[in-house]
Amino acid sequence: MAVANVSSHDVEHHEHEHHDSFITKYIFSTDHKMIGKQFLVTGIFWALIGGFLSIVFRLQLGFPDMNLEFLRPIFGGWIDETGKLDPNFYLALVTMHGTIMVFFVLTAGLSGTFSNFLIPLQIGARDMASGFMNMLSYWFFFLSSVIMFTSLFLEKGPAGGGWVVYPPLSALEQAIPGSGLGMTLWLIAMTCFIASSLLGGINYITTVINLRTKGMSFARLPLTIWSFFLTAIIGLLSFPVLFSAALLLVFDRSFGTSFYLSDIYIGGEALPNTGGSAVLYQHLFWFLGHPEVYIVLLPALGITSEIIATNSRKPIFGYKAMVISMLGITILSFVVWAHHMFVSGMNPFLGSIFMFLTLIIAVPSAVKVFNYLTTLWRGNLRFTPAMLFSIGLVSVFISGGLTGIFLGNSAIDIQLHDTYFVVAHFHLVMGSASFFGLVAGVYHWFPKMFGRMMDEKLGHIHFWITFVGIYMVFFPMHYIGIAGFPRRYYTWTEFSFSDMYTDLNMFVSAAAIITFAGQMIIVFNFFYSMFFGRKASLNPWKSNTLEWTTPLHPQHGNWPGEIPTVYRWPYDYSKPGSKEDFIPQTVPLSATPESNLPHEEKLVNLEKEIIAEEGQILVANESKEES
Amino acid sequence: MYGLLIAIGIVLLLSVLWMVYRIQALISVAKGSSKKIATTSNKVNAILLMVFLIGGCILMFWYSIKEFDNYQLPVASEHGVITDQLFWVTMAVTGFIFVLTHILLFWFGYRYQYDDNKRASYYPDNNKLEVIWTLVPAVVLTVLVFTGWRAWKDITAPAPEDAHVVEIMGYQFAWEIRYPGKDNILGDYDYRLINATNSRGVDFSDKNSFDDFPAQQVVIPKGEPVLFKIRARDVLHSVFAPHMRLKMDAVPGMPTRFWFVPTKTTTEMRAELGDDEFEYEIACTEVCGRGHFSMRRVITVVEPEEYRKWVSEQESFIQRNPDLISDLPSDLKELAEIHINESK
Repeated sequence: MAVANVSSHDVEHHEHEHHDSFITKYIFSTDHKMIGKQFLVTGIFWALIGGFLSIVFRLQLGFPDMNLEFLRPIFGGWIDETGKLDPNFYLALVTMHGTIMVFFVLTAGLSGTFSNFLIPLQIGARDMASGFMNMLSYWFFFLSSVIMFTSLFLEKGPAGGGWVVYPPLSALEQAIPGSGLGMTLWLIAMTCFIASSLLGGINYITTVINLRTKGMSFARLPLTIWSFFLTAIIGLLSFPVLFSAALLLVFDRSFGTSFYLSDIYIGGEALPNTGGSAVLYQHLFWFLGHPEVYIVLLPALGITSEIIATNSRKPIFGYKAMVISMLGITILSFVVWAHHMFVSGMNPFLGSIFMFLTLIIAVPSAVKVFNYLTTLWRGNLRFTPAMLFSIGLVSVFISGGLTGIFLGNSAIDIQLHDTYFVVAHFHLVMGSASFFGLVAGVYHWFPKMFGRMMDEKLGHIHFWITFVGIYMVFFPMHYIGIAGFPRRYYTWTEFSFSDMYTDLNMFVSAAAIITFAGQMIIVFNFFYSMFFGRKASLNPWKSNTLEWTTPLHPQHGNWPGEIPTVYRWPYDYSKPGSKEDFIPQTVPLSATPESNLPHEEKLVNLEKEIIAEEGQILVANESKEES
Repeated sequence: MYGLLIAIGIVLLLSVLWMVYRIQALISVAKGSSKKIATTSNKVNAILLMVFLIGGCILMFWYSIKEFDNYQLPVASEHGVITDQLFWVTMAVTGFIFVLTHILLFWFGYRYQYDDNKRASYYPDNNKLEVIWTLVPAVVLTVLVFTGWRAWKDITAPAPEDAHVVEIMGYQFAWEIRYPGKDNILGDYDYRLINATNSRGVDFSDKNSFDDFPAQQVVIPKGEPVLFKIRARDVLHSVFAPHMRLKMDAVPGMPTRFWFVPTKTTTEMRAELGDDEFEYEIACTEVCGRGHFSMRRVITVVEPEEYRKWVSEQESFIQRNPDLISDLPSDLKELAEIHINESK
């Protein structure tokens, strides 16, 4: 009874929504779909900034003799009289590129967009558990973005100690100009960002647990939802630790404490701080930092699972194994952080422990890869741009994942740590894989977001430029890394062991420029198709999940009438016996006797009882309303 | 010049793409091909996947073999030989998996491209397969980890008693080197003692520091264990000696260490590489500010006899600058002066 009442109330409520003003609809919106799009557009903005910064430092690395005078209108005094990039600003570029890409693009832009957009639509909910908190989550992110963006224009430059901002470098203004106001703004921006992530994460978790529609058991959740759910849990448990790390850093910087500082002589004076530990910060940072890798990766893997199944016209292989491996990754992601610190001076015994734990986490990742491969096997593959990017994701995930086996092995890591081998590794496994997931998601759910199709041919061109480009940029870095080239070097010519490969670096830089330019294709495709794209059909990919049962332009509340009930898992593609090659989750088992499997036959009776019961409630409800 | 070329390139690329886009959009409307799935473009993409696989494999093997001597740094330490071996074993294992999985990935992409007359096979799970591909990677990884762990344990074990000690202190933006002298014990230090004449903060009231001496480069004997005692005086740095396969962070307030046995003298390595200018180097691998990329020091590996000769020729801190002991209490000062006179 209560259920029916609530939903009829929702319908009325929904009819009042037509009076949304521009501000409540597009700016301070509490509609999860609009908030998702806000995250996406902000994410695209940041991706362009972050990509551009990387191009600038790639110019320095690939063409060290180049005159960068043409960048003076943007960077002003950071280009010196001879047209060279300032080394401090080079470090600032590297730092901001990392911060922007990891947090603002691949965390907020990926998780923020798709968790918001897809969770209510795919579990059958009218909105997030708290629409207001959800709005707050975006606006904290926006505030964080504004502060971080402002820091780019400071006289002394933005933060410059690498995206990990290790103290004492980040704590002492005497050490590098970026550790002044730039670092302060970095810390404030990150604090807002953490608040945003936590507000979002709490919402995602609550929504998935409490607001699933009738019949949507956890075992019937699409893998996207599983991944968003687990991502939110990781974020909720690890971001507070980053907050504490940042807070202690604020204290050290501004209030004279010595959490991280000890025995320092700098700028001609001995500082009073003693007893602190710089390694403590590294532990706290990587306690978030490593789970963060999975925060950006898991949503991409979830999105890929959904897209590969849909476009292979095949159920995802090993649904349970996929869920279990994601659970395994979630848990293990918290106990591997110190593999970033094998040579930080921490006790080598700890190094041994973390080496064992790290290589365990490779197992669930391997299981996922084999499951993707088996899903493709004997499928009927449609190469939509989303599908191509998902296949690309599997490829870069393998390439980057395998090099993790080198780096997780502490004996081998001694040589490779902080060289370009690491840069190649995480740009493939974390950067490119998540980015491919993000792009695949955009291509796949664009019709649901804007009711129009993105152009497929442009999508194909974009894929091939990006896929080949990504490999041309990051594959050669392995060679550079094996040769021992250290990271975050302004130039390598100071050393004879690294005074070679100018050709390879030039090649990498050229490839990076082309790949970045290629991204303009999707930017164009995205904004052009938003207004002028072909009108989408209701279910353009012939997909099973719930979001495709909503109207073309779902209003706030998503479904105009009752929320549909779910009768089956989301991967009934090409089921033997059925006429179509897909059976949406809303089709009862009793309606498809021709394709039911033996164990499903038993469920049919149960299902009939439930349907009958529901019918009675509806009838009773209607008669009550009439009276 | 480059900028102009790049700008022109981008403009050209964009205009070409725009034209292609308009033309194909018109054609697809005219043909009404948007409804079909098994289109030419589906086939083209499937073929491109195979092209990528074959092209990529050829490029990778060609470059890896051609450039091997370039990117494979010569190794000059005992443990380095072991870690290099681990590296290449891991490379063989992962390389095999890399090629195999990619062949499957792209071949499946090509083989199972959309066909209107076909249907995908409904194959939702197979627990036996899942168990196999959980256990096999687990076993392979265990073997790799176990061998890595044994090497790691040996490398990080305490240094032998007779190891030659060298102190390396990082600061913005260079390294300072200190030798313990005859007693092979470094004198104490305190960062509050650092000043223009005592850049390392050596405590000269500690008798062990009397024979400590500075050096412009790290000179170490071949075939004997060497212990680097590493510290930093301002921010994090990291000692990286690529040919020694050695890396350890330098942390202010927390001394660290790394010991190893060099296996080839600089002269031997020069002969082996046919490069008369070859030097072993130390670089910094923990970002430390503006000059991070230029913290170079040279390591010279010599024969043990030559090393001993070199050590005996060095002048200690207090010999070089007797002012360093001027503030000491008289008894210590006397001792120090005796020390200076003895070594003359």
